[in-house]
Amino acid sequence: MHALYPLILGALLFSLGLYGVLARRSAIAVLMALELLLNAVTLNLVAYGSILRDRYGTGQVFTLFIITVAAAETGLGLAIVLLLYRQRATADLGVQRELAEPVESFGADELAATDDYGVLR
Amino acid sequence: MATHSYLSPTGVEIAFVLVGLVVLGSGLLVVTLKNLVHAALWLIVCMGGIGIEYLLLGAEMVAWIQVLIYGGAVIVLFLFGLMLTKAPIGRTEELDVAHRWPAVLVGLGAAGTLVTVTVQAYQHTWFEPRDALALGSSEGLGTALFHYWVLPFEALSVLLLAALVGAIALSRARREDDGPDELPGEAQA
Repeated sequence: MHALYPLILGALLFSLGLYGVLARRSAIAVLMALELLLNAVTLNLVAYGSILRDRYGTGQVFTLFIITVAAAETGLGLAIVLLLYRQRATADLGVQRELAEPVESFGADELAATDDYGVLR
Repeated sequence: MATHSYLSPTGVEIAFVLVGLVVLGSGLLVVTLKNLVHAALWLIVCMGGIGIEYLLLGAEMVAWIQVLIYGGAVIVLFLFGLMLTKAPIGRTEELDVAHRWPAVLVGLGAAGTLVTVTVQAYQHTWFEPRDALALGSSEGLGTALFHYWVLPFEALSVLLLAALVGAIALSRARREDDGPDELPGEAQA
């Protein structure tokens, strides 16, 4: 098989995932596009493992590792999205202007009373 | 081996290109569809297609793991996530950012750069996927994994445990009697 077939497929899939991560606004859709990115990388790894055939099986073993990490990432990512939805009632990334816990705003006189590091004197 | 040519593709190559077209098409649908549930379902097609590509590349064990983990577990996770966040089931216009052309530009730029570099580097490289079959079988992959990669394997198990605990801690519903900023460890102190 020509080496370009799997490698170009991986490259195009990676570009698709990149577009998805940038163009989507729903957090879950961004996570789906992230899966496309990871799969493009693992496809490349398997292809290189087939082309180079080192004795340690690095390409396929690392594909297994990446699949494991991706599963952990998806679980944690969805938990974070769920938490975000519970607090803000939306999973839209476009409206998440501040991700810190909501704090009461400082008045101008209180702001003037802080030192250089923003700590209240 | 000297008779390689673009003009006489082997059966494996033809199958690879056809399945590759399916993978790319479903991938495009995943990132462009307005209906989130349909996008998640097309992701199954994409992942299954990639599993077939692994088979064609001689990585049998990885292919089945791909189908099991991605085609099964991860998609179910996504569908549960969609349900639990009350994501709109039908078409939604506000799924994409308002100005999409920078994303299109970045995607096309990445595709052009990667394809150009790959073609220049590998245009004369041929390989035989059948040679990788011994390594790709469950026996070969298990031997490689537990001969050379035991430590990363164990580290990954710790990572999975940490992710499990983290996901539980994040998604645990906060009880009413808990203070707003009180961590569980501080409560006993």
